[in-house]
Amino acid sequence: MTATRRLVFVSGTLALCAWVLVPIYLIALGAFGGRAGAFKWPKEIVPSNASLDALMLFVKIEGVWNAAVNSVIAAGLTMLFSIALGAPAGYALARFSFRGANAFRLLVLLTRAFPLAILALPLTVTFIRIGLYDTPLGVALVHTALALPFAALVTASLFTGIPRELEEAAWVFGCTRLQAFRRIVLPLALPGIAAAAIFAFVISWNEVFAASVLTVRERTLTAYLLTVLAESPLHYRFAGGFILIVPSVLFIFAVRKYLFAMWGVSSK
Amino acid sequence: MTQSRWLPYALLAPAMVFLGVLFFVPLVQTIVLSFQGDAGFGLGNYGKMVGDLNFGLSIRNTFLLVLTVIPLQVALALAMGLMLQKMTFGRDVVLWVWTIPLGVSDLAAGLVWLALLQNTGYVNSALFAMGLIPGPTAWLNSETPVTLFVAVVLAEVWRATAIVLVILVGGLQLIPKEFAEAAEIFGARPWTRFVKITLPLLKPSLQSALILRTVLAFEVFAVVYALGGRNFPVLVGEAYAWQRDNQNYGVAAAYAVLIMIISLAATVFWLRVLRVKPEVQG
Amino acid sequence: MTKSLRYALLAAVAVTTAGIATTGGIGRANAQDLVFLSTQLRPIEEAQKVREMVLKGAPKTTYVVDEPSPFTVRMKAEVEANKHTVSVVGALHGELQPLVPMGALDAIDDVAAKVASRGIPAGLMELGKLGSGKQLYIPWMQATYVMVVKKDALPFLPAGADVNALTYEQLAAWGKAIQEKTGQRRIGFPAGPKGLMARFLQGNLYPSYTASMVTEFRSAEAEKMWGDFKAVWASVNPNSTNYDFMQEPLMAGEVWIAWDHVARVKDALTAAPGDYQVVAPPAGPKGRAYMPVVAGLGIAKGAPDRANAVALIEHLSKPETQVLVAKELGFFPVVNATLPADLPAGVKLLSEGVAKTQNAKDAMVALLPIGLGDKGGEFNKVYFDTFQRIVLRNEPIKATLDAQAGAMRDIMTATKAPCWAPDKASDGACPVK
Repeated sequence: MTATRRLVFVSGTLALCAWVLVPIYLIALGAFGGRAGAFKWPKEIVPSNASLDALMLFVKIEGVWNAAVNSVIAAGLTMLFSIALGAPAGYALARFSFRGANAFRLLVLLTRAFPLAILALPLTVTFIRIGLYDTPLGVALVHTALALPFAALVTASLFTGIPRELEEAAWVFGCTRLQAFRRIVLPLALPGIAAAAIFAFVISWNEVFAASVLTVRERTLTAYLLTVLAESPLHYRFAGGFILIVPSVLFIFAVRKYLFAMWGVSSK
Repeated sequence: MTQSRWLPYALLAPAMVFLGVLFFVPLVQTIVLSFQGDAGFGLGNYGKMVGDLNFGLSIRNTFLLVLTVIPLQVALALAMGLMLQKMTFGRDVVLWVWTIPLGVSDLAAGLVWLALLQNTGYVNSALFAMGLIPGPTAWLNSETPVTLFVAVVLAEVWRATAIVLVILVGGLQLIPKEFAEAAEIFGARPWTRFVKITLPLLKPSLQSALILRTVLAFEVFAVVYALGGRNFPVLVGEAYAWQRDNQNYGVAAAYAVLIMIISLAATVFWLRVLRVKPEVQG
Repeated sequence: MTKSLRYALLAAVAVTTAGIATTGGIGRANAQDLVFLSTQLRPIEEAQKVREMVLKGAPKTTYVVDEPSPFTVRMKAEVEANKHTVSVVGALHGELQPLVPMGALDAIDDVAAKVASRGIPAGLMELGKLGSGKQLYIPWMQATYVMVVKKDALPFLPAGADVNALTYEQLAAWGKAIQEKTGQRRIGFPAGPKGLMARFLQGNLYPSYTASMVTEFRSAEAEKMWGDFKAVWASVNPNSTNYDFMQEPLMAGEVWIAWDHVARVKDALTAAPGDYQVVAPPAGPKGRAYMPVVAGLGIAKGAPDRANAVALIEHLSKPETQVLVAKELGFFPVVNATLPADLPAGVKLLSEGVAKTQNAKDAMVALLPIGLGDKGGEFNKVYFDTFQRIVLRNEPIKATLDAQAGAMRDIMTATKAPCWAPDKASDGACPVK
């Protein structure tokens, strides 16, 4: 590469990084700026009079911790369910050719083509009847319906990426199918599965409509913030937006190596 | 082997049962609901939906958004993906930064761009500092539909390009280096190499990226709502309003069914246009 | 697996387990607490004040807020499934009404007897029966909608206009003068998604011009009204369609003249009481209409903890609690309680503004819709759609009114709601001319 092209390349990369990061930095400023900050004109891009007031009020409101715990429970359960149900399906899609495989893929696509918020409505009454209403478990079940298709497709591509020959060699050496899976396939697939699990966690963490329809007291954090934010002054909205973003930045950091293992291959 | 005949079904069964109970049953309930109105079973809700003053507008807006946002995202993601391939150092960090929006919820993304674009926001402050505007200026109301539209496009591109990027980079990694090298030996220019080799080989990834993004783009809502409230009606926003504000679940369900039909049609469209030969599909 | 990935996964699993352990299983936390579900006092700071100050001294209560629509869904779902979590509900008169046919409200004549000495006006108590003959809610607090004027705007007041007795024509002229002199459109209305614009149209504008809310929806008077209001809108800040609470644009200095619910302008007034004046909304040819808002407290049928629910309602209707609510939250007492002299200056402004509105010599009461059940949302939509079409999209007034009157008639026929003030009482569904 010539020097000029190199310069264009590097500045392009940096500009695109800034495109992602600067808005996040600015909402952080908004979150720490307090009420006066929201109306301040013109704005400065270095923090002045940073105050923790808006964020502190969030932390102090009754129920916010309970909501955070609920969010983690719901997201954790979503993670467990979607892998427990999705990984076997993914393995089946990857290793067997059987009638109905394509129908299953289509079904999975279909789940993404429907606005979930509306589906939560008919579920409300059913959930109340069977005692799942207003529990993190109930929220997790609906979120699993969202995350399971991803988990199935992603694990399918992971297993496809692991050569069938390895498994077959293990059978030759007298392993049962289960043993071969546990000793050969699983260790190779584990990082990808973990990344898919964390992705399921993120899906649940971010989902807001079903979570707010299906809960009263046991709100998840996102649902809790939605009701709180919709009618709050700007600086609270910024603070809430900031609070929602922080965990996602960390999650993506944790799975960054496996994003392509998950998505890249899954597009095959 | 008899095991392999029933085993796949046994492995699929739990997921199938789960989706049946938590997706199909409520789906059917919703479809039924969309035909149940004040006047009994019929098309009343659909009539009400079509007759609403925001119906035409929300269809137009949603399609405009999809048609603008998706080409932009694909172009941007392709550029980013090719840059990542060329990158010699710092690739991990850049990759992480570029994929951060993947984890950002649409509600949060809308709030982020609200902070930038509101009257006394950062974008206006920058324009003011450059002497382009005299003071706080409004971009996001019903009298400024163009800038409001641009704002929504910006926010959507910011939030949802990462998913396209990730899928396309995965596809780029699968293209054997030898192809490009061979073309280079034969003297093909970079642009020709990109059009003749990279793009065709990327077709499967492009197809899944486009399907996923199109379906999600038809569901765009929270970003629009955070930025423009009711000033920029979109389909899911209308469904939400009929459900929450107007408390008419029948009409909301009719919107939901309409959105599903549009999404399915878009999926079929991409499957046909970017038909992937089975041997490439793997 | 990389370290960070492993840690993230471990952390997620650990916190999940800890969470499940600390909340005693995947289920109810604080199951013994009384749940008080309210559609009022929802914004974060207000809800926090309810929890920290208003509920002090009451039985241990979890204060949960929700918007009117999910509120109705939730109550309905609890009745249908016969599993109850909510004990006390607090909502507007019109939001409690739909709970009656679904049997979600318990008769609380016993509570009525307990609070009989508090001096709640008989008329309000009667409203609390929701036409059933039994007491179904106890009036909780009241409010109305007012105009807030920033003093910066006063020099531009048109000659001969009294800020305390404005007409819509004068408001338009005032806005125009401000726009000409300052280059800014400084009138504001809460026409955002969570704003109460529909209430302005129902409770202030329509009755002021037509002495009606429903019957004269499409009339010569209504046509004149929309014409006049379009003239006002020419000087209204275009961001109005994004405003939910007028206190924000007032504080930001974007808007100098704003109409809104008292509780939604309170923060601006308490932040800088010296900057503002609170006045009655403008008058039209038929009078100066205003809409009183009454919120009530009811007990859910099958409430998990009825005894404490009763105690909570008693607590909330104590004069000192009601004064506290007025001081901190801007909703005024329904019981016989004198507001103290040391009222914060902002709240004092508000209470004076409310008094001016109620006691104006051309004052006319317009009630919140009654008997619409779950059609309340669509009823609001008729007004807001009409406003959008005529004012924002410039559609012809008469044709729009003709079309929207059809939608209005459908709602009235479907709900069979009889007319309420200021419309004259009707047998059967309120007619739309």
